[in-house]
Amino acid sequence: MKWAIVGLMVGATTVGEVLQAKGMRRHGEIRDFRPGAIGRALAVLARNRFVIGSIGAMAISFFAFLKLLSVTDLSFAVPVSAVTYVMETVLAKYFLHEQVNGLRWIGAALVVCGVMLVSL
Amino acid sequence: MSSEAARLRLKTWIFTAIVVLSNAFGDFFLKRGMPESASLVSPLDYIGMLFHPWVTLGVALLVLWQMSRMALLSWADLSYVLPVTSIGYVLVALIGKVLLNENISGHRWAGILLIMAGVALVSFGTAPSTHAHSHPAPPKAAQS
Repeated sequence: MKWAIVGLMVGATTVGEVLQAKGMRRHGEIRDFRPGAIGRALAVLARNRFVIGSIGAMAISFFAFLKLLSVTDLSFAVPVSAVTYVMETVLAKYFLHEQVNGLRWIGAALVVCGVMLVSL
Repeated sequence: MSSEAARLRLKTWIFTAIVVLSNAFGDFFLKRGMPESASLVSPLDYIGMLFHPWVTLGVALLVLWQMSRMALLSWADLSYVLPVTSIGYVLVALIGKVLLNENISGHRWAGILLIMAGVALVSFGTAPSTHAHSHPAPPKAAQS
C-alpha cells in the first residue's frame, strides 16, 4: 500500500514538473512582478495546455503526498520523492532538449545519494 | 560575466530562496496540521483536511511555492532548478535540529554534505539557462 502511493506520487510528480517546465519555457521569461502583471501572466498561463496538464498531474501528486503523510513520517515521504530527480533529469535532456552537461549529471547524482543518506 | 548573465543569476538566486523556503515551511505546516488519527478515505476527507488551520497555512505556502517555481522555470532549466532547489532538504534537516531538537546522525551529516556539494557544483558551475535567450519576452508582453 505504502509503495503503491509512492509510485503514484513519483509518476505524477515527474509528469507534472516536466510539463510545467515545458509550459513555462514556452511562455518565456517573466520580468514584471507587479500584481497586475502577475495577474495577466496567470491569465495567459491558464490557457497554456502544458501548464493545465501540469496542474492536473501535480494535484494527483499532492493528494498522494497527503495520503502518504497520513501513513508514514515526513522523514520518509520527502526523501523518497528524490527518485524523481533521475527521471526528470533524463526527460530534461531528451524531452525538453536542455544541455545537461557533466557537471549537472554529477550534481544530480550527488543530490540523489545525499537525499537517500539523509533519509536513512 | 556579462551584465545580462549577472542579472539572470541574481534573479535566479532570489527566486531559488523563495522556492526553497516556501516549500520547506509549507511541508512542515502540512505535517504539523494533520491530526495523528487522520483517516483519508473519501474525497471529502481530503477536502475537509484543507480547512484545518495549520494545513491551510501550509497550502498557502505551497501555492506561493508553485508560483515562484513557475516563474523560475520561465527562464531557468529544469536540470538546473532540480538540483539547486534540493538545498531545501538541508534546510529541513537543520529546521529539525534547531526548532525540534532532533538529532542529526553521522550518515545524515554525510548526506547533507553530498547535497550541498551537488548544489554548489550545479549553481556555481553552470549557467541557469542553456537556451541562450531564445525567448525574448517583449512581443508577448506588448499585446496586453
